Amino acid sequence: MTNLNLNPPEVSMNHRAIADDNKIADASAKEKGEAAAADGQKAAQTLIGGPPPGAATLEAREACAWFGEHLVLEGVNLTMVAGEVTALIGPSGCGKSTFLRLLNRMHELVPGSAMAGDILLDGDDIYGASMRAQIIRTRIGMVFQKPNPFPAMSVRQNVLAGLKLTKIRCSDQDALVEQSLQRAGLWREVRERLDSPGGALSGGQQQRLCIARSLAVAPNVLLMDEPCSALDPSSTRRIEETIKELRNEVTVVIVTHNMQQAQRVSDKCAFFLAAENQPGQLVEQGPTTRIFSSPEDLRTADYVGGKFG
Amino acid sequence: MTKLDLLVMAASAVSSVSLCWLVFAVLTDGVGWLLFWIVAYFVFLAIYFVASYDRVGWLGAVDRVVTVAVSSAMVIVLIPLVWLVSYIIIKGLPALRPSFFVHDQRGVTPTMPATAGGGLHAIVGTIEQVGLALLWSLPLGAATAFFLNESRSKLRRPVRIFVDAMSGMPSIVSGLFIYATLIIPLAKDNSLFSFNGFMASLALSMTMMPTTCRAIEVVLRLVPNGLREAGLALGASRAKVVLSVVLPTASTGVATAAILGIAREAGETAPLLFTAFGYNLMNANPFHGPQESLPLFIYRFVRTQSTADIQRGYAGALVLLILILSLFIVARIIGRDRSVANKRPIRLPSRSSTPETAEPKLISSTSGRSGAIRAAGGP
Repeated sequence: MTNLNLNPPEVSMNHRAIADDNKIADASAKEKGEAAAADGQKAAQTLIGGPPPGAATLEAREACAWFGEHLVLEGVNLTMVAGEVTALIGPSGCGKSTFLRLLNRMHELVPGSAMAGDILLDGDDIYGASMRAQIIRTRIGMVFQKPNPFPAMSVRQNVLAGLKLTKIRCSDQDALVEQSLQRAGLWREVRERLDSPGGALSGGQQQRLCIARSLAVAPNVLLMDEPCSALDPSSTRRIEETIKELRNEVTVVIVTHNMQQAQRVSDKCAFFLAAENQPGQLVEQGPTTRIFSSPEDLRTADYVGGKFG
Repeated sequence: MTKLDLLVMAASAVSSVSLCWLVFAVLTDGVGWLLFWIVAYFVFLAIYFVASYDRVGWLGAVDRVVTVAVSSAMVIVLIPLVWLVSYIIIKGLPALRPSFFVHDQRGVTPTMPATAGGGLHAIVGTIEQVGLALLWSLPLGAATAFFLNESRSKLRRPVRIFVDAMSGMPSIVSGLFIYATLIIPLAKDNSLFSFNGFMASLALSMTMMPTTCRAIEVVLRLVPNGLREAGLALGASRAKVVLSVVLPTASTGVATAAILGIAREAGETAPLLFTAFGYNLMNANPFHGPQESLPLFIYRFVRTQSTADIQRGYAGALVLLILILSLFIVARIIGRDRSVANKRPIRLPSRSSTPETAEPKLISSTSGRSGAIRAAGGP
């Protein structure tokens, strides 16, 4: 994936022609060939009212989170660089998912929850007074642990759900559906049944459909909360490939319990840990290779070395 | 279950009846037939247990006796239902002619045979009153259900208690309420507030609203929270999520809830007594003048002395039964997985000519989460 131009309006190609090309192309064409066609097509979409184009840097400063009186996350400073994949690792209950939900203001939906500190999206505080949570959430998409396509909608409607729900408009919805499904690595499997219900797909396909749904609104950041924990190894592999392909186009933050997965997909790694009855903290962060080869903190070494967790 | 098992069971039954006959008819003065059969049943269970114990031991005997007890409980539950339905059919069918659906009671006297005249005015009245009641109560009930399930208001608890209390309200009280608050003070100035179908629909909707509200709330609660989160994470407002995600997912359930509510209200008599008041002839205008309905039709005729009139009442009861039964069937059909049944079969396009009927089974086995939410059970 070398194409960095996501949604530049001036590069408007005739995607209709490309769609025709795809039809003419031999059905047994190599995957690479189709991926190249997809690359060309990515420039074709123009969303009106959507997020600004390109990946964005997300930065947490002294982020804290509470559920009621209970402090679950304390003083996290972490920068998620634009166009990189950042993995959040750590044992259960250490606040990774809470931190992830802080990043697109999903945390505040829990009754009785509270937060402190700043979360900066390209320098703007997303909790600032002038920021609306709905706008933030279109710019920072999220994929959940359990695949959750909308059962009352078809595959196509699922992909376009973000547009329908937020009144973002698109010049060519068919092309957007195809582009989003291509980027999520699902197009080849579902192009014959775009009108069948989203729930009729397999678990791995459903999860990729959810990724396509998040990508359709062209977010700057994509948060993934253990996206593969409910999936089989081959579906996991497909989603990891998808994440790698998304790199550079969108900033990815992924929570995972799978250390090998973190090593495979991420550029940076952040290790969270919560001592007994203590709030979760960020223990160590850095390039993934360094975290796994020469961690500075003993606890990180123990965790990535499989001594606990 | 082998032949020998059946034989043992039959022999136990025969011996228990014989034993009871010996005790009650020969040795003592006897008891009533009902008590005889109750005692005989328990004696049968005891004999069957002993006989099975001898053959297959303790565990097998307990298993057999419990199996028999559970199956006979099912039969006992079914008896009143079958009895009721067959009784209505036997009594009502002889008087029911196609003309029942096209005539009212114009010119019919008690001495004429039961097949004369018809109940069209009652059918029209029932449909209009229940339809209007649905028109008032479904939006209110649905709105309340959404308030209870989707909002985060502190008032949800008191509202829920209030709805629960209302659903337990005797239906005659709702009729009395409309009569006392609207008809008595307002009827002399405005014919809209005198006895008519509109007043009946108000009384009916008072009992219908809590029922539909709770039914819809149950359906909404079945919509997985993950779908709401997914909608919110895409940047939708809460209201938009409710309208575009929760409601479509629950729509079949909401439809089922509405139809079950209709079926329940169609059989209500008490709220109509002093609201619609009843009228022996056709009155298709629900906003003016007394109006008949099927329950009032039955009530009117079954009380009389004339055999023909009583038969007319039973014919009305049969029609009401058919109406409610068909509503239940409609509810069942809607409650089925519509999102699957109506979609194109999930196969290669070249094979889409396969008959539709064969498809749903194939699809539903592969779609764990595709099922739209259904309402469970009924009144």
